[in-house]
Amino acid sequence: MTEDHKKDKDIDELSGVETTGHSWDGLQELNNPLPRWWVWVWIATIVWSVWYFVVYPAWPVPGGATEGTSGYTQFKELAESQQEIRDRQAAYLERFENASFEEIMNDEELYAFAMAGGKSAFKDNCATCHGTGAEGGMGYPNLNDDDWLWGGKLSDIYHTLRYGIRADNLDTRLSQMPAFGQDKLLDKQQINMVVDYVLSLSGHTDDAHHGGEYDPAEYLKAGAQIFQQQCASCHGPDAKGLHEFGAPNLTDAIWLFGGDRDTVFQTVYYSRAGMMPAWEGRLGDDTIRQLAVYIHELGGGAPDAAILPDEGLRNPAPLKSPEYEKTEDLDNDGEVLSVEPEVPLAEDAQNDMGVHE
Amino acid sequence: MKWMKHDKLERNSLLLSGFIIVTVLIGGIVEIVPLFRQETVIEPVEGVRPYTPLELAGYNIYVREGCYNCHSQQIRPLRDEVVRYGHYSLAAESMYDHPFQWGSKRTGPDLARVGGKYSDEWQVAHLKEPRDLVPESIMPSYEFLLHRAAKLHDIHNHMKSLAAVGVPYGEEHIKMARKDATAQAIGEARTDTSGLQERYGDNVNARDFDGNPSMISEMDALVAYLQVLGTMVDFEAAKNVEGNE
Repeated sequence: MTEDHKKDKDIDELSGVETTGHSWDGLQELNNPLPRWWVWVWIATIVWSVWYFVVYPAWPVPGGATEGTSGYTQFKELAESQQEIRDRQAAYLERFENASFEEIMNDEELYAFAMAGGKSAFKDNCATCHGTGAEGGMGYPNLNDDDWLWGGKLSDIYHTLRYGIRADNLDTRLSQMPAFGQDKLLDKQQINMVVDYVLSLSGHTDDAHHGGEYDPAEYLKAGAQIFQQQCASCHGPDAKGLHEFGAPNLTDAIWLFGGDRDTVFQTVYYSRAGMMPAWEGRLGDDTIRQLAVYIHELGGGAPDAAILPDEGLRNPAPLKSPEYEKTEDLDNDGEVLSVEPEVPLAEDAQNDMGVHE
Repeated sequence: MKWMKHDKLERNSLLLSGFIIVTVLIGGIVEIVPLFRQETVIEPVEGVRPYTPLELAGYNIYVREGCYNCHSQQIRPLRDEVVRYGHYSLAAESMYDHPFQWGSKRTGPDLARVGGKYSDEWQVAHLKEPRDLVPESIMPSYEFLLHRAAKLHDIHNHMKSLAAVGVPYGEEHIKMARKDATAQAIGEARTDTSGLQERYGDNVNARDFDGNPSMISEMDALVAYLQVLGTMVDFEAAKNVEGNE
């Protein structure tokens, strides 16, 4: 065949290049060699691949793969890039790790660091349930108000974040409201009574049930009695809720699952129990602490006697010059002092705010 | 240069075919054969177990509904992904997925570690109407899952097929498949789940996932599947494994 081919060999007159013998309507295919630059690039890639095999993990071999002289792995690269961020944050992070909540709340830098970290962690992890603006939703508490189920102090919020509520964690916050109707602890009539009473606590009497032939006042009285027997142990005799049971305040206008008559009836009949995941293990302790500060500062954080002056950073008390303190104008002096949060004041505020959900 | 002439190859189809086959074979052998031995590609990690029958039914729904078109299940070893989604995915974590659900596109977020991140109520409410919880969501509503019974009558056959490709389901697992599925969906509180836990470990989530105890719905199955995603490996324990620092 080659012999035949050689016989056919044809040289193009113009370029002097051998042709392949293919001709289409007089157009001939010339048998030019590959461009020199192309050949060199090709050889270079082969040389480069040998270098790559040596330097990077490349060859799969039984039992693993060659490691390469550079020791590169994606895991190491990740660790390095994480370390880079840690180094950049180190100035704050080291102090933050060792700082108590009290120190964080009283240090401008640490406070800003906590708020910035908390804000971004909130968007990633909390906003899906509590809303981007922490406004909450049906079954998910609003975190902007001062109404708390399990307590609104920094330490309370930290505990809730870390261990969750009814979560898969040994230290989780746990409580279970009985299903009064489903478990036959109360009959429907009794539930209607207590629902009327509970609604009346927050001034909702429009859609009261009244119980047909009953006198509304009697009906409410009966409801109040049932409340004291069945509900007061968790919601408190004054129905203002108790943090240790996560029992909501029933006297305010804030409802987690809805405050209309049907919803409250269902709540008493079937009971309700929201669940918040434990973030321990999923988020680092620093992040949980940042989140605790951030959520506390959304507007509803309860003051903590142990962390005073809580208001210091956001509303710095006017600095008093020594001369000013010595002034004899008692009224004026008194006014200035009253702005400053003090221990008894903080405790009062906490009690008065009805810090329950 | 004589040796660079390509005439011989190009003018002899048999010779050309022979050379092509040899070239492809060399490439194929070098790339593929080492991977036949699983231990060379999958770092050993404690804790990864095959799905329970109910989770497997949920996995099948996940595939059927094409969730992988919008959700990935692979957290890459990149700083921002690890911050957002948690520890990067390990190969071992999807070794019992046939086919794996790594996906290639994130219209929605990655789901590799979504297990335990949200409550069952949240998952159900979100699948029912995503916009109730995430106003800007464009995910379709999957409310119908609540009203369809999970397909459990043939789940043991699915397990048999998986066992054939190397998922360690034993005879006992396959025989008890429907019982295990029922026990898991009814929950620890209302039924005996000791058999399920014996076969799949104490950490199995056994509860009424969709909040409707009267039926084992597709919602039960899907939420059971979602709640186990990425939760099998204890990373505190895995820290000592080489490469997982």
